[in-house]
Amino acid sequence: MDRRSFLKGVAVAGAAGAASSAVPAAAREKATAPADAVGLLYDATLCIGCKTCVVKCREANGMVPQTKASGGLWDQQTDLDGDTRNVIKLFKDGERTSFMKAQCMHCVDPGCVGACMLGSLQKREYGIVTWKGDLCIGCRYCAVACQYNVPKFEWWSATPKVVKCELCSHRLAEGKQPACTEVCPRKAVIFGKHADLLAQAKARVAQSPGRYEPKVFGETDGGGTQVLYLSKKGVSFEDLGLPNVGDEPTPALAQTIQHGIYKGFIAPVALFAAAGFVTWRNRNKGEPGGGA
Amino acid sequence: MSASARHFDVVEGGDHAANYSPVGGPVLNRFTRLLLVVIALGGLATAWRFIAGLGATTGLSDGYPWGIWIAFDVVTGTALATGGYALALLVYILNRGQYHPLVRPAILTSALGYSMAGLAITIDVGRYWNVWKIPLFWGSWNLNSPLLEVALCVMAYIIVLYLELAPALMEKWRTGTGPLASISRSAYPGLMKALPWIIGLGITLPTMHQSSLGAVFLLPVLKAHKLWHTPLLPFLFLVSVLGMGYAVVIIESTLSARFFGRKSEGTMLAKLSQWVVYSTVVFLVVRWVDLIARGRLGLAFTDGMYSVFFWAEMVCFVMPVVLLASPARRANAGYRLMAALGIGFAGALYRFDTYLVGFRPGPGWHYFPAVPELLVTFGIIALETFVYVWAVKRFPILGGAPAAKAKV
Repeated sequence: MDRRSFLKGVAVAGAAGAASSAVPAAAREKATAPADAVGLLYDATLCIGCKTCVVKCREANGMVPQTKASGGLWDQQTDLDGDTRNVIKLFKDGERTSFMKAQCMHCVDPGCVGACMLGSLQKREYGIVTWKGDLCIGCRYCAVACQYNVPKFEWWSATPKVVKCELCSHRLAEGKQPACTEVCPRKAVIFGKHADLLAQAKARVAQSPGRYEPKVFGETDGGGTQVLYLSKKGVSFEDLGLPNVGDEPTPALAQTIQHGIYKGFIAPVALFAAAGFVTWRNRNKGEPGGGA
Repeated sequence: MSASARHFDVVEGGDHAANYSPVGGPVLNRFTRLLLVVIALGGLATAWRFIAGLGATTGLSDGYPWGIWIAFDVVTGTALATGGYALALLVYILNRGQYHPLVRPAILTSALGYSMAGLAITIDVGRYWNVWKIPLFWGSWNLNSPLLEVALCVMAYIIVLYLELAPALMEKWRTGTGPLASISRSAYPGLMKALPWIIGLGITLPTMHQSSLGAVFLLPVLKAHKLWHTPLLPFLFLVSVLGMGYAVVIIESTLSARFFGRKSEGTMLAKLSQWVVYSTVVFLVVRWVDLIARGRLGLAFTDGMYSVFFWAEMVCFVMPVVLLASPARRANAGYRLMAALGIGFAGALYRFDTYLVGFRPGPGWHYFPAVPELLVTFGIIALETFVYVWAVKRFPILGGAPAAKAKV
């Protein structure tokens, strides 16, 4: 191999490097909740674990009660699944106990939306993350990407759907509120505009600092979520199953890196042009090959 | 003809130094009959999967939405199918024409490997009837999704691989009669002219999607284990794929020489082994500097099963480098094969660790592949092997035919 062909190799390798290495681009713009954003506020200090929300959610979304664990007697669901968009869990560690209502967090900048190939999952009206079947391949990358393990799959079906809370957007369209908030007897979960709910959550903490953990989960966590949580003093959000995700949105790292590499699609085009040209020239000029 | 043009003999066609020729002989023997049985079992398992759904036929769950069909068939399968890519970089870009006789069989294994990955992903996705929308619904493309980039690039690259393979097929077809022969005769010159640009695509597309296969796992920031999750995932996936590509070329060429009675490409493979060492050393240095710089090396000693998998991976990467570091051992076919198998296994383990072992959805979730799931994977491997044997026996793919051409 002579010097010229070596230099060409280096040039192409450089283009390949530019196209592959993790070039950090300028930090991507921080997403904020849309102006019409709605959401939930769940106050664990008020919840009595009656699970009326679970029953009403099933009814509103046409899902069958899960009675397997109770021997066919009553709905005894312990986690979200392809038949369950909303579930009440119990945390218990000695004296420390708390109920927890699990459902989609409706992130401001969701991991599932960043993952979804054809935009089946997207933030649509009111910032609600909804699923469109005609754009879903069933790849389940949403379930891999979601830090809260929310999107669920109909594993038993030959024609499966992705199932998660969509904040009863079909009921909102009829002027109603979500099923779970409508029936909650203790107003432990309430529906409203995201900004109002956040203000109310902060006010509750400020009024009774001895009653609550000091922070509102979802104000900044994972870039913010439209479903907000208040926890009992002494019961951390991690105890409730809400991981410490930090303030960065889930898709931030992947998008910063991928956007850096593929900025303007320049690097891939440059790599293609360089590789094609060098190959073409090596053939036409019949450069001395087979060195080394 | 000058020595310089020799490595483009394939492009010019004709009888050439690389001496590509079909192996000939019957395709069916005891080994390929066994493959047919495995393929049939895999076919039955696949049929069952489409009738009964994924839950009944796999170990997958909402906690582990991805299993061996993704971690092995797609992520590892395409990485082991980058022989064509890794060799193209050497032969066409670095102008190392001496490796040219290895190109055609490498392109064949790449084309088959990527096709099988495409088959596996179609079996894996739940809503397969929407797959055709990925390339065609460009208005819906989510350009933020690393997986979309992988899907589009892999689809395009499969086409590119068959175009790169087409000269081998046409050289056989054009000698016959019928429509295939006339198409081959008329398309061959144009294809030859376009080949450098097809090769350009054949270098660009794998660079993109093999790095993006690493980027896919940037998203589950918390669920991915800290020993494997790093912003450098795209780079590490790309660099490790080069060693895997060269290793598979070495394995494939050694086994072909053994089973199809072709002249061993020993000297060439010994030289090629150097490139395994270079790329693996780059991978290891970046991997370790990254772990140290981000203060995560401690986890390699303190995190139980994860530490064990980390060190297993390291041993598999380092052992071949040590084996191939000396020219004497590089020249030894046995050591070379052992080292190549080691690198192939190391790269596979690195991908398994990233996608499965290091994926932690939380307490209560477990994954182990179910029997039908394994049967599908075995069936796909068997199908790939069967088509490879058939292709090298019928088409001019392998070089180094014995002088007597007794087998042709």
